[in-house]
Amino acid sequence: MADKLLGKQTMRLKSPPVITARATVVGHREGEGPLGEYFDHIIPDDLWGEDTCEKAERKMMEEAITRTMEASDLTPEQIDLFIAGDLLNQIVTSSFVARQVGQAFLGIYGACSSMTEGMALGSMLIDGDYADHVLVATSSHYQTAERQFRFPVELNIQRSGRAQFTVTGSGAAILSKQGKGPRITEVTLGKVIDLGLRNPEDLGSAMAPAAADTLLQHFNDTGRNVGYYDLIITGDLAAVGATMFADLVKEAGHTLGNKHIDAGTMIYGANPRFKAGGSGCGCSAVVFLGYIMKLLEQGRYRRVLFMATGALFSPLSYQQGESIPGVAHAVVVEAQ
Amino acid sequence: MTYLWAFLFGGLICGLSQLAFDKFNLTTAHILVTLVISGAILEGLGIYKGLVSFGGAGFLVPVSGFGSSIARGIISESKRLGWEGLFTGAFELTGLGVTAAVIFGTLAAIFSRPKD
Repeated sequence: MADKLLGKQTMRLKSPPVITARATVVGHREGEGPLGEYFDHIIPDDLWGEDTCEKAERKMMEEAITRTMEASDLTPEQIDLFIAGDLLNQIVTSSFVARQVGQAFLGIYGACSSMTEGMALGSMLIDGDYADHVLVATSSHYQTAERQFRFPVELNIQRSGRAQFTVTGSGAAILSKQGKGPRITEVTLGKVIDLGLRNPEDLGSAMAPAAADTLLQHFNDTGRNVGYYDLIITGDLAAVGATMFADLVKEAGHTLGNKHIDAGTMIYGANPRFKAGGSGCGCSAVVFLGYIMKLLEQGRYRRVLFMATGALFSPLSYQQGESIPGVAHAVVVEAQ
Repeated sequence: MTYLWAFLFGGLICGLSQLAFDKFNLTTAHILVTLVISGAILEGLGIYKGLVSFGGAGFLVPVSGFGSSIARGIISESKRLGWEGLFTGAFELTGLGVTAAVIFGTLAAIFSRPKD
């Protein structure tokens, strides 16, 4: 048996990679939210001087990467691998930004779970001695994601109260073999879970079972329980999904209580304009890299389980009446 | 009084639609199609005309009024042309609205940028 594999889905990193640098760029709506002060840069409007929002999204990811590189003492040539994901068709944001980054590139798609998928892959490659420095980035943009998954914003379609609001934001981080900063000690990769939910307006409920499955698997694999962690942060379940997640975990005998927070409910606070809360692979990325990492660095938290969740559907799949599968990948981040 | 009835009936249709949208997990497309079809059926049964004479714009402005115009166009064209009217009548009265939507929609798209 693989000696770094614990149980079924958890990988223990023998020499845990360090998150040595990070940066976040967000839109004005996120900047005005309760976490605004934790983000490195707030863009003034959705277009940010570009002629399309798709270009603005690329510029945002480029900016997050530039700022991450500045925060590290590395030159671009020292990056061995760039891993990135986003929500657009053919993950064009990531691929086009990779053109500028100019290093080996792995494009990934895990919908809103992309950040932890990228961090998991990057840290395993570093632990496996295949790389010294891996750059990970994800992004999402309100207008590009609405156009991609639902209706263009111009149509002004009313959203239901269970709907989530795609976060305009991009987060980037450098994982290194050595250095100062919080470490990624374990990774739990999730299974795709589908309980047959079909409402593309309510992705939180579609992803909650996957989040519960990954968390319970993680507890099974490691023999831990909620008490081991100072914080369990899920990505983008938002108000409806987060409640369902807590209920599912409780049914299995674990009480999350106030140890659990969700990036989707945090990013906009309790502002009813944003319905159930935020979503998009920029959401968990900026909340974790901007806010939670700060608290880890300050020593407010020692052990955090960061679990981003993704709804793996396409506009075509739900129009053809298919249900919406979900996935959740978790990384354990511990303060040094 | 005309204004008040229009306001109350139009508001009633929109209010009920909003309630259906919020409470029954429907999409905006469900609401739209339901209203158009109800307008067409009520027109076909001869009821919508009575509603309009009572509630005026309150029944004409919501999209159920569009449905009734489709039915009304088809009925009058069928009387004039026979069965071909079933095919030519749908846009007889609604053509103005459809064309206006296309033209003003295009103009709005050219001269403005979407925000939130």
